[in-house]
Amino acid sequence: MRGKKSSQSGRSSILHAAFKAAFKASIPVLLGYITLGIAFGLTLVAAGLPWWLAPCMALVIYAGAAQFMAVGLIQSGTGLLEIALLTLILNARHMVYGLSLLEPFSKAGRWKPYLIFGLTDETYGLLTTIEPPVDLDRTRFYAAITALNQVYWFVGCSIGSLMGSALTFDITGLDFALTALFIVLLVDQVRAVKKPEPYFAALLGCILALFISPKNFLLVALVISTGALALLRERIEGGPRGTASQGVSEKSKQDSMQKGGRP
Amino acid sequence: MTYFVLVCLVMGLVTYFTRALPFLFFSVRKPSEFLDFLQKYLPAVVMAILVFSMYKDIDFRAGPYGIPALVAGAITALLHLWKRNVLLSIGAGTAVYMIFIRMI
Repeated sequence: MRGKKSSQSGRSSILHAAFKAAFKASIPVLLGYITLGIAFGLTLVAAGLPWWLAPCMALVIYAGAAQFMAVGLIQSGTGLLEIALLTLILNARHMVYGLSLLEPFSKAGRWKPYLIFGLTDETYGLLTTIEPPVDLDRTRFYAAITALNQVYWFVGCSIGSLMGSALTFDITGLDFALTALFIVLLVDQVRAVKKPEPYFAALLGCILALFISPKNFLLVALVISTGALALLRERIEGGPRGTASQGVSEKSKQDSMQKGGRP
Repeated sequence: MTYFVLVCLVMGLVTYFTRALPFLFFSVRKPSEFLDFLQKYLPAVVMAILVFSMYKDIDFRAGPYGIPALVAGAITALLHLWKRNVLLSIGAGTAVYMIFIRMI
């Protein structure tokens, strides 16, 4: 009895630690997702759709841009096949995200399907840039961040669609938190990846995408930049190995090795 | 009602498919050196693109000329370079932005 109790409290304290660290890391997403979620709920109700559709979408789809697109499509009664195709094009950028998470997610066990499901732009940013506390299991930290982010989105969507236009305080501009989050994550990446080539590749992709297809900006920019990055590979890795070129994950591996922890 | 539910399910499935595809495709083969390379450098590329995407729709020729977003973004970046405190950088940047769009 006693043993069981202590092991339970041990487990819950691990969970507690994971959520505490994840909460701290995800506060910017909290601000952004609540704001955007409310905006989405308001849009959906204003378009004459039933309020419960907003929380449903937050649960099942969980993709901001796609949900906004869905409101217009549902309103005009678009066919399911066309909706599927448009969603595929809009979310194709997510295919690139998985490429840099194959190895970390391979150790995630039963959490893996959910981690993949919750891979939004913001979650991807946090998972690839923020280092979990050394004493914390990586998978638990990832799962806690992913789950918290979806809760924020769910709550935002629900508030927006339930309160409708009854919302009295002016939250215009609070969604800048997401822009600020991307900027912070970029600064962290610049600190970890001290090579100019990836940023040249990104800039090239962005500028070309503006000309080629502003409507599918993210997808086109990502494809071009990833291609450019691949072409620059020899240049990037050609320099002195293992000095300034180490990315975040490599550095963390070394850190935890030095401290005798699990890799 | 059925239509609403079907749309949710279809969009949910397609979105999940786009997120899962790399994991399905590479589960059979051993991740190569090239994927190691991507894992190291792709996040930097993606973050740069995401920042760019947040600014691309601003009209820099009219209205506030994108000044609120540019100033707030610069404050966020500089604060983060200096203090390395995520919440401080984002909080200050967002606050400056919200004040600016109400003043200009």
